[in-house]
Amino acid sequence: MPNLCRDCINIFEGQNRNEGPNKHEYYAEQCPNCHSRRVVSHNELNNLYIAHIDCDAYYAALHKRENPELKNVPVIIGGGKRGVVSTACYIARSYGVKSAMPTFMARKLCPNAVFIKPDMKLYSENARKIRSIFEEITPSVEAVSIDEAYLDLSGTQKLHGLNPAQLLAKIANRIEDEIGITISIGLSENKFLAKTASDMDKPRGFYIISKAEVPKLLWNREIGFLHGVGKATAARFNKLGYKLIGDIAKANKFKFISQFGEHGEWLYNIANGNDNRKVESEHNTKSISTETTFVEDVKDYEYIRTALKNLCEKLARTARIKKLVGKTINIKLKTHDFKTITRQISTAPTQTAKTIFKFADEMLKKEMARSPFRLIGIGLSELLDENSQNNYDLFMEVDKNLELERAIDKISDKFGRDIFKRF
Amino acid sequence: MRLTIERGALLNALGHVTNVVERRTTVPILSNVLIEARDGVATFAATDLDIEVIDGANADVEQVGSLTVPAHTLYDIVRKLPEGSQVKLELANDSGRISITSGRSKYYLPVLPASDFPSLGVGDFDKTFEIELPALSRLIDKTKFAISTEETRYYLNGIYFHGATGDSGPCLRAVATDGHRLAQSDYPMPEGANDMAGIIIPRKTILELRRLLESEEEVVEIATSESKIRFSLGRATLTSKVIDGTFPDYERVIPKENPHVMTVDNSEFARAVDRVATMAVERLRPIKLALSHDNLTLTFSNPEAGEAREEVEVQYDAPEIEIGFNAKYLLDIAGQVSNQALFYFRDSASPTLVKDATDPNSLYVLMPLRV
Repeated sequence: MPNLCRDCINIFEGQNRNEGPNKHEYYAEQCPNCHSRRVVSHNELNNLYIAHIDCDAYYAALHKRENPELKNVPVIIGGGKRGVVSTACYIARSYGVKSAMPTFMARKLCPNAVFIKPDMKLYSENARKIRSIFEEITPSVEAVSIDEAYLDLSGTQKLHGLNPAQLLAKIANRIEDEIGITISIGLSENKFLAKTASDMDKPRGFYIISKAEVPKLLWNREIGFLHGVGKATAARFNKLGYKLIGDIAKANKFKFISQFGEHGEWLYNIANGNDNRKVESEHNTKSISTETTFVEDVKDYEYIRTALKNLCEKLARTARIKKLVGKTINIKLKTHDFKTITRQISTAPTQTAKTIFKFADEMLKKEMARSPFRLIGIGLSELLDENSQNNYDLFMEVDKNLELERAIDKISDKFGRDIFKRF
Repeated sequence: MRLTIERGALLNALGHVTNVVERRTTVPILSNVLIEARDGVATFAATDLDIEVIDGANADVEQVGSLTVPAHTLYDIVRKLPEGSQVKLELANDSGRISITSGRSKYYLPVLPASDFPSLGVGDFDKTFEIELPALSRLIDKTKFAISTEETRYYLNGIYFHGATGDSGPCLRAVATDGHRLAQSDYPMPEGANDMAGIIIPRKTILELRRLLESEEEVVEIATSESKIRFSLGRATLTSKVIDGTFPDYERVIPKENPHVMTVDNSEFARAVDRVATMAVERLRPIKLALSHDNLTLTFSNPEAGEAREEVEVQYDAPEIEIGFNAKYLLDIAGQVSNQALFYFRDSASPTLVKDATDPNSLYVLMPLRV
């Protein structure tokens, strides 16, 4: 079985002396080169190329780097607008603190923790640096959130002279040296399995799953283990006799799909370890969007409007960073009873918050009768390269806000977003 | 209701009205066509609440009456019946269904009561005038390609019809623009249209109207009000809401004194543009026009796709100029010109005026691309 030394990136053959269900089975091997015991062993080590990378307790890790005194104390990031924990470091987690837990509860569980308000500038700056490290090894990087990304490493072996597993071990070490935080790596043959793998061995982990292992690793777990299956969904399936992932995997495919529709098809596929989603790097982005879920269902138009305004600013800034303009503005609303409303309007290609907000707000107004809402989202689609939009307009209806918003981008890149009050 | 009608006449009338019926509607009766039978005529009406189209055909009416049936289904059935056959429509008593019988074919469709069918045609029209059918078709054809599809600039989503003063006196003028190009066409002011208020006729109405205008009729009667317009020709009428908005002051963007004139054979020009445009993967990319003495060079280059270069003989006696245009927009305008096209340039960032040498009543404006 091939083995990879995570310290010296050496690949060597060896016998796995401790085969068994223990996830730390790879500690059995020792690198003949540097004698490290941080060794990953897997039959398919040399063949898999889709990776999921997750930064360990990302926010907390960055604060610990900034302030070494925090290194050995529990750190909790939160207490922002919603009064919930956004990240807890691993020490705090050992007290039972979890993300999305109300801060007062976290304080009760872990009274000696240091509470820190989120510093988005710190997080996004470092996220950009991490991203550029990823992009050095492959152009196909899909950032899922600020601290998570999928990498498609197919075809990179020739270029770098190292196989995907080696490349990943190498960048994990680089990120530790250059950024000062740790990451967990999942390597497999598709996004779903890679994501599952990265969760298996945290923090500072490296876990490999091949499709052949799906029955052994997944089928005896409860279906809530699958990403995207929340408590409500799990309860619904349990009632119908599907308790374990294996129950879904072994169900009659067509019956299952006809019973549960598109979502059912997705669950059936992932329960069997199948996922044909591609790693979508920015270069072929089809739409960009952002959304927010309210703490409780909201009926107040002004409140929703303010949330929408914030989302538009965020969306427009993303569009400008990606150098894209969109010809369609979409809004998404989720009603209190989980019905999703989507509306869209076509427009002259735009990337300014003011324009997006103007039309999004008009669409929102028309749907207010269906409030209260639990979620609002905004998106841009039919995206074009901003440089392809060079047609002069007869009526000079150029977006004067663009220059303004670009100037704001520049200043906030330098001094942080907070120095601005909203338009 | 009971009537018999020749299949061709039925298909023709249904063809005129069925198209406005949306395939998916939230109000069931809007999927239906209204059929009214009386005095030897069957009248068919359909609406999407913005447009209403009515047409009639001679029929052998045995029993007067009115009802509504699913429009697309009826149309598809009639379309597939053999040519020249007679079609009998009959409300089967009590069953709430209509039977469609022709030869050995028999179909039943559900009906909804005619009294629930909305009508758009009623209301006051404060201006009525007549225009020759070919003239109206021409005003539409010369301009409709430039209608904008951007919903945010909804006031550009149609053709602006209004009274104006053209080169040869008062005229009825049609203008459409999407901000990148503009098309304008004039027709001598029809009697009675003089002080007509400007109205913006929506794109869908224009497309439906154009279908109706494929007709043997010679004259179209137009009635307008602030919010509606009605076109009547023969038995057919189309009533539509107009766009509630202000059309921009288009006259100020039409170049008045562009000094550099190029005369080109339009078909040769169009073919050259078309060939060069094959290189442009997305037709949004600019084609560069370089003008020197009696010579036009069209070039396109894209590091990924390759390069193209075409030379066209023209008449041009002005300073050399380079200007970029969207290939599709150039082709659209070339499609409007018959023999010789006249291009009036100022510089590479100003609007260019295009005219058809044989048509003094139409003009086109094209915004260049930054190259």
